Amino acid sequence: MRKWWPTLVLALLVIGSAFPLYWAVLASFTPEARLFQAPSLLPRELVLEHYRALFTERNFWIPIRNSLIVAGTTTAFCVTIGALCAYALARLQFRGKVVLLGFILAVGMFPQISVVSPLYLLLRSLHLINTYPGLVLPYLTFAMPLTVWLMVGFFRQLPAELEEAAMVDGASRFRAFREVIIPLALPGIATTAILTFVYSWNEFLFALSFTLGPDRQTVPVAIALFRGMYQVPWGQILAATVVATAPVTLLVLAFQRRIVQGLTAGAVKG
Amino acid sequence: MLGADRRSGIEQQEARLAWRLILPALVTILLVALFPLLWTLWESLHLHDLRMPWLGKPFIGVDNYVEAFRDPRFWSSLGHTGFFAVTSVGLELIIGLGLALALNRAFRGRGLVRAAVLIPWAIPTVVSALLWRFMFEGESGIVNTVLVSLGVLREPVVWFIQPVAAWVPVILADVWKTTPFVALLLLAGLQNIDASLYEAARIDGASAWRQFRHVTLPLLKPAILVALIFRTLDAFRVFDLIYALTGGGPGTSTEPIALYTFNALLQNLQFGYGSALSIIVFVVTFSLAILYIRFLGAELTGAKR
Amino acid sequence: MALVRLEGVGKTYPNGHVAAKGLDLEIHDGEFMVLVGPSGCGKSTALRMIAGLETPTVGRILIGDKDVTALPPQERDIAMVFQTYALYPHMTVRQNLAFGLRMRGAPQDVIDRRVDEAARALALEPVMARKPAQLSGGQRQRVALGRAIVREPKVFLFDEPLSNLDAKLRVETRAELARLHRRLAATVVYVTHDQEEAMTLGSRVAVMRDGFLQQVAPPMELYRRPANLFVAGFVGSPGMNFLPGEVMPAATRKAGATLGIRPHDVAIVPRGAGDLDAWVDVVEPRGSELLVYLRLGTSGDGAELRVVAPPEPAIEAEQVVAVRFDQGRLHWFEGESGKRVG
Repeated sequence: MRKWWPTLVLALLVIGSAFPLYWAVLASFTPEARLFQAPSLLPRELVLEHYRALFTERNFWIPIRNSLIVAGTTTAFCVTIGALCAYALARLQFRGKVVLLGFILAVGMFPQISVVSPLYLLLRSLHLINTYPGLVLPYLTFAMPLTVWLMVGFFRQLPAELEEAAMVDGASRFRAFREVIIPLALPGIATTAILTFVYSWNEFLFALSFTLGPDRQTVPVAIALFRGMYQVPWGQILAATVVATAPVTLLVLAFQRRIVQGLTAGAVKG
Repeated sequence: MLGADRRSGIEQQEARLAWRLILPALVTILLVALFPLLWTLWESLHLHDLRMPWLGKPFIGVDNYVEAFRDPRFWSSLGHTGFFAVTSVGLELIIGLGLALALNRAFRGRGLVRAAVLIPWAIPTVVSALLWRFMFEGESGIVNTVLVSLGVLREPVVWFIQPVAAWVPVILADVWKTTPFVALLLLAGLQNIDASLYEAARIDGASAWRQFRHVTLPLLKPAILVALIFRTLDAFRVFDLIYALTGGGPGTSTEPIALYTFNALLQNLQFGYGSALSIIVFVVTFSLAILYIRFLGAELTGAKR
Repeated sequence: MALVRLEGVGKTYPNGHVAAKGLDLEIHDGEFMVLVGPSGCGKSTALRMIAGLETPTVGRILIGDKDVTALPPQERDIAMVFQTYALYPHMTVRQNLAFGLRMRGAPQDVIDRRVDEAARALALEPVMARKPAQLSGGQRQRVALGRAIVREPKVFLFDEPLSNLDAKLRVETRAELARLHRRLAATVVYVTHDQEEAMTLGSRVAVMRDGFLQQVAPPMELYRRPANLFVAGFVGSPGMNFLPGEVMPAATRKAGATLGIRPHDVAIVPRGAGDLDAWVDVVEPRGSELLVYLRLGTSGDGAELRVVAPPEPAIEAEQVVAVRFDQGRLHWFEGESGKRVG
């Protein structure tokens, strides 16, 4: 009894996780007409019409480009600024440190809905609606606390004596940070970047609220708003989900271990 | 000759450097998070309906809040949110715990399982919502087909038209997407439990169940609480999933509070009222967070002893 | 090379904990000063204050006539060897050694010359291109040493550098450190909790306890004339015996004082020939000597006494013998304060 139940559970887990994706992939290659007739688990007929339509009629390249730019910029900005902030919080002594950390965490827990309307008005007054900065700026609300929180954890893991040795050797605090800490914290910084990118790519509410049309919409918004002429174009929607899922799937497969480390690091430390 | 000026030189230098490093991040956060929140609070105390601009923006104190408490749609959306939170988090904890226990035993194919577990977490919520919508859609979606052919249903259910049935795909989609995260958190907690404790229990004659109850569960409490905090807070803020899966429907029977607020703000353009709803959401989420943190803080310091 | 001076240095942490108090210490040019004491006595804090890693709450620290109390570590011209070595894991041995000079903007040829010299002196030439993770414990220790030597600082600071080594390596490295000190004619401040290390390495030893200096003197003086009960019991192995003053006849005893006598200064003689009778409890043969545990009196329940005796004649347990104290080696400590009174 003891021996096989874990394997069974895990098999169920893999199947359960994979099935909806498999089903979507399968459907994305199935002609529209057949989508809701007698479904079968194995492919009967495979076509590329949905993918073709996706990129020719709907110009799906555009949302992909938008998502890349927004997620990429957010990640780059937050990781650099956040690293400095995280180092100060992790290593330097100053008054109000605990309060500050608590404040940053608290902000990370703000419900997005609570800041949507003023952000909308703010962006509108700055003429940033439907622009790239108009998305990156709101994204900082959740991305900044996230990067700071994760990197504080990673910096804390490095032994304090390394900086002390560097300072005794003649480096100023900041130089010690640059020459000793950063190179050693690179794995942690990479993990932070990956997680930030994933969260930014997947963000929906702000992207929905602050963009007006297809030229600036991100992938999640574009997919959610697919409208067909007469009926819901499931074939194309599912093809789009496959395309949308591909980059994050690749990231996950390539950096599994890091991602798990990052997700659990903040949690287990409490 | 006490410490006051002693702190000059090194310690002040350090503090100065610290603030210089923190300032960019802090300013950003204040600008995009705190400031808007305060603005929302301010807005919630005014009448501000963009459909009726001639009414101006008079200060009305807590009238928006009173209106909310009298609004049946507000209460039902709050109830939906609570129901969603309790059900999905509960399921996620139980299933996640089972998964964590199974994953804790060393085995081959760990990479495969980890990937299978992470991909649902990694895809956008709206995408997963659409996947599940597709599976439950119409009379010949895969779910209906399977359930009918297995004899569980006599005839296909049109899930999205019935208020109660519509919750099924919603809960399932959320559990599918976030149980992996819970499982990972619990797994990390499990791996922190010293194996020798189990050995000692076994020597003392404890059965597997007993070991679970008296070794695993108590030592896993901190991890469980952390998972609870994160998941409950997320569940209370649910938006993406329901927007894309049911749109809050049929009617408003699956509408959570965040979606109702969204509609009030950006569909109905009732900025004052919508802001009040926003603040209520904020207060609820925050109180939960503080409650949990106090609880968890006690746990952690207690456990450290 | 200069001298280091601590004037009235003390450190109290914000939570009220007093780590060090009233430290007045002078370390002369070329001296090997050891700070020794049990855990929590404040020796590491004192060292870190000299290094600049902690700031004193009161007092001044001077290095070579310059008041460095408010200066950060990088401006103090000191080098430090940490307990865990703190080698930069992502740099090669060569880069580790060169780091300090690079930080101070030394020209490349100077860096190369000094690094090569240090590498030769410490037999590190074969591993210059390796990273710390690929080195043995002893090699890592030498790299830590090399990093300090290369800088040619005014003062070398050592924070329990040998405690991570196994016993044999510890003894070997100790000898090497002594040799190095002689060759470089360096000023060294060395922290350890091991009194044997302190005694063998130090030209002067400062014993600390609970944040206070107990006695600062050359090792032999600490051994022969400890200033108080604590120092007497701390220095020397096996530790000094402490007996209530009453055991000695009224003529020799000092009122209300405790008698201290070292195990080496007691001889075991046949009954009747000594000062006191004692019951032999346990005999530990150690090859070159016997460590004998006795209890004063004839019934085996008196005060405990440890004696180091020559291997011959053999001494049997569970018998009554007599002990004779070397009268020139008695130490008397006043009851309340433990201070030496004779």
